Amino acid sequence: MHPPLRAQLALLLTALVLAGCGGPSANGNKPTAAPSTTIENKGSDTMVNLALAWAEAYQASHPAVRISVTGGGSGTGLAALINGTLDIANASRRIKPEEQSEAQANGVDPTELVVARDAIAVIVNPSNPVDHLTIDQLSDIYSGKIGNWAEVGGEDGPIVRLSRETNSGTHVYFLEEVVRRGDGQDATLFAPETLLLPSSEGISAEIRQNPNAIGYDGLGYVTPDLKVVAVAREASGPFELPSAETVAAGRYPLARDLYMYTNGKPAGETAAYQQWILGPDAQAIVTGLGFVPLVP
Amino acid sequence: MRSATWSEFVITRLIKTAGYSAILFIGLIFIFLLREGAPTFLEVPLRSLISSRWYPIEGYFGLLPLIGGSLVVTAGAAMIAIPFGLGTAIYIAEIAPRWARELLKPLIELLGGLPSVMLGFLGILVLTSWVRTTLDLPTGLTAFTGALLLGGIAIPTIVSVAEDALDAVPRSYREAGLALGATNWQTIWRVTLPAARSGVLTAIMLGLGRAIGETMAVMMVTGNAPVVPTGLGALFHPARTMTATIAAEMGEVANGSVHYHVLFLIGIVLFLISLAVNLTASSLVFRERKRAERILS
Repeated sequence: MHPPLRAQLALLLTALVLAGCGGPSANGNKPTAAPSTTIENKGSDTMVNLALAWAEAYQASHPAVRISVTGGGSGTGLAALINGTLDIANASRRIKPEEQSEAQANGVDPTELVVARDAIAVIVNPSNPVDHLTIDQLSDIYSGKIGNWAEVGGEDGPIVRLSRETNSGTHVYFLEEVVRRGDGQDATLFAPETLLLPSSEGISAEIRQNPNAIGYDGLGYVTPDLKVVAVAREASGPFELPSAETVAAGRYPLARDLYMYTNGKPAGETAAYQQWILGPDAQAIVTGLGFVPLVP
Repeated sequence: MRSATWSEFVITRLIKTAGYSAILFIGLIFIFLLREGAPTFLEVPLRSLISSRWYPIEGYFGLLPLIGGSLVVTAGAAMIAIPFGLGTAIYIAEIAPRWARELLKPLIELLGGLPSVMLGFLGILVLTSWVRTTLDLPTGLTAFTGALLLGGIAIPTIVSVAEDALDAVPRSYREAGLALGATNWQTIWRVTLPAARSGVLTAIMLGLGRAIGETMAVMMVTGNAPVVPTGLGALFHPARTMTATIAAEMGEVANGSVHYHVLFLIGIVLFLISLAVNLTASSLVFRERKRAERILS
């Protein structure tokens, strides 16, 4: 937005000056060179804060590079990459086979890079006495088989299921790993009554004020006024809370990789940026935001 | 003299072009919607489209929950906005003292200018928890919450247009009514309101048109659960509207995919619904005008 506008203004001014002088009088009022490269970075809402923090830190040390970061969901970012309007797509899930083939049809070759790890936290209202659930229980809650908190050790009350919209990578991860328990043949769906909220903030806001609600979100988005539920694969335990340690040790069951996709092997500034992201400075930012760095 | 006819010619042409361009644009928009939406019928069987499951990432494209959600939310908004809007318009135009009128009208028009996103934000922070605790519901993210907000969005439009219509009724009508011994209320209900009926209907249609097309505020407070509404109780359950679905999912889809075509089909359905509403409204208005003309002449 800025550079073209400024360039236009400068051009307009120069034109005016030229018209006023009636001749080409060379003065210092030439259009200034805009920063040379702009990297368009878009996608996963889970990653948007992380991507912003990376972009800010990188631009501070590389003033010639401009990185514009927007969210919208993993699907949104990948769609933009496929449609050819993006340099880097952030995704909190792997690219789907259908997206892969659509990309090929458009002459785009999505190339994957794991940039950080994330844990999915299951969250409830602080007044809810339930503090641990198994994946089976979570699956039954979200598929609609369990509808009352009393069935999972809580007080009598309806369970209000909250989820992100279907364009969210977190939604897809939760569908595959929790609702379908990681079984690729399973075709269980979210109960139709599941509320699909357009943002992480929508989920936090509803859980903060509604004692019946249950939701899930990336660990980086969990604030202290929400209660995190310990999760286990088996009913016998061990029930683990999400944290950098439990994810790194492989004990917390709901952890996933976060990806960046580029069209083909990145080159130039994009490649340099991705190289920097894998380095220690960028990975320190990962830890600071509540995500899990690649090398702990 | 010659220059005057010239400028007249140019101005006439300009106005004519402006008038016809509206038709042209509507036509182009409809053709575009058809082109992008029609392939759905080849890709998705009709039986699947009228099923009750909307889960596009797994190929479930049932439109019933979305159409039902929009209808429930809009009907709820109408039930709130029409009585309150007309009541306010009548109060401002017929009953309020001059000073109250001069204060209220600009304030309500200011309310109409509020961006709906802001109302949605207010809704999510204040209205949802109020609805949940007052009505003792499992969650405050319901069609009713959306209807309340949409009612709030539609009321300023209804008040503003309906008040203008009431204001345009000649003074002599009211004087005649009062002189015949009718009370103030009887005059308003039997004389002024019927005389302004076409303007009042337009006001309601404009207000509801704004309500059915509203997206952001609705998406933030209705919970967006694609459930087919059954009966009146559906108003107090979460609902997913057509507009919210398009807004939430259009950014995600790849150009030309099945999901993309279905979203455009939803656009066509929305277009047809508002077309039907407008046609009904204008046929009512025109019929009314003919009768009024007959009586007056």
